[in-house]
Amino acid sequence: MHYLVSVIDERTGQATPEEMAAIDVFNTRLQEEGHWVFAGGLAEPSTATVIDNRSAEPMLTDGPFLESKEYLAGFWVIEAADLDLALKIAAEGSKHCNRKVEVRPFL
Amino acid sequence: MSAEASKVITRTHREEWARVVASLTRRFGDLDIAEEAAAEAFATAVERWPTDGVPPNPGGWLTTTANRKAIDRIRRENKRQDKQEEAQLTYDGPPEPVGAIEDERLRLIFTCAHPALSMESRVALTLRMIGGLTVPEIARAFLVQESAMGQRITRAKAKIKAARIPYRVPSAEDLPARVSGVLAVLFLVFNEGYLATGPGTDPVRQDLTIEAIRLTRMIRALLPEDGEVAGLLALMLLIEARRPARVSAGGELVTLEHQDRGAWDAAMVAEGHRLVRERLATGAAPGRYQILAAINAVHTSAREMPDTDWAQVVALYDQLVQLDASPIVALNRAIAVAELDGPEVALAAVDRLEGALSGYHAYQVTRADLLRRLGRSEQSRAAYDKAIELAGNTAEIAYLTRRRDELG
Repeated sequence: MHYLVSVIDERTGQATPEEMAAIDVFNTRLQEEGHWVFAGGLAEPSTATVIDNRSAEPMLTDGPFLESKEYLAGFWVIEAADLDLALKIAAEGSKHCNRKVEVRPFL
Repeated sequence: MSAEASKVITRTHREEWARVVASLTRRFGDLDIAEEAAAEAFATAVERWPTDGVPPNPGGWLTTTANRKAIDRIRRENKRQDKQEEAQLTYDGPPEPVGAIEDERLRLIFTCAHPALSMESRVALTLRMIGGLTVPEIARAFLVQESAMGQRITRAKAKIKAARIPYRVPSAEDLPARVSGVLAVLFLVFNEGYLATGPGTDPVRQDLTIEAIRLTRMIRALLPEDGEVAGLLALMLLIEARRPARVSAGGELVTLEHQDRGAWDAAMVAEGHRLVRERLATGAAPGRYQILAAINAVHTSAREMPDTDWAQVVALYDQLVQLDASPIVALNRAIAVAELDGPEVALAAVDRLEGALSGYHAYQVTRADLLRRLGRSEQSRAAYDKAIELAGNTAEIAYLTRRRDELG
């Protein structure tokens, strides 16, 4: 079972070197314990471009699809047998990256 | 339907519902199927038992019938999806071991009260899946539209399935926190019954208090060693025991001081006291519910209000503050302090809580009462006004209004 663990941020700026080091430790552990699928940090929401190509011409809009105080700063995709385990892993992730996270199952 | 069959069905429903749902959930891995098949089996019983007679083993009959209903449903759905073999596999699965059934209910309880669900969903799901209350009954209990309550339960079940909330008793390491989550659900149900809110509702919803006690008993039977489960059961019993004396014939709340203690349910008081003594005898550090139960045991031990061992009550509140430093605990402690050290000392303690509790009706009630006892009528009246505005319970509003009007 795969879960998306979204990192929610409300500050501007990237992770500090200490936070990055803690995330690396956590990532290594995920890999060793077989929970790692994929992960990545994202650039600022203002760097996003929205594209809507449902009609004749692709429509480009500068900025994120949703302007909000809180935004997605990065994510993990993890493998876990059930939600209890996923929540445990996500709680560790939140501690290591020093941010709130959201856990959402894949279909 | 014959009165006899009807009685048996009601009793069997109360005793067997959770077992049937739990065993189906394990077998089919799906709360929806389990709930629906269990409901169909009970409906069949209502239809057949009055004419065919009650089967010798009603619980077994229901489980077998519900299993058959579930398989029928899976077959129907799989036929639509052209996957008949899969249903066959499920059908031919090994019979479940008899001894595991007690655990099944426990699994179901932990799934329904999972912390990843909202408190509202946990309450609704627990009452439906464990308590066997119907959706309209639960909707009525919480003054919510039936369709909204149905949706809440459906959404919760869908989340359990999609997010794969496990059907499992938590590990020993997680157990205390998870049990405490289950108890919070049951205490919420109890409290809503004990001090029901809403202008159109009865001031005491005995259906809810009784249901909460019944479910807590069930959990106590499943986790007999857990001190907090015993504590919550004792607490509920000691509060429920006073119910006959809590609302006057005229529909007004009667405070502890003025209750006819002879009207208390002596058997419930005795059971509550026995549980509190049992917990004390273990010597284990008590949790929140055990301390609250002990406080209520002190209250229910006094022949009349002035006989209450207030020093003991305050000492227990001191112990509770160590575990739970919330302003509500401090408020309740201050009420006991008023009896021990007088209203002036208590008022000083209460006034320190203004920032946190000024919008809480019990805070205003306590202030109003202390100010009244100090002869500060004008301030007392203002506090009663605020209390009446904030109170949601009809019997309490009636009581507060009279107290205010008596100020003169």
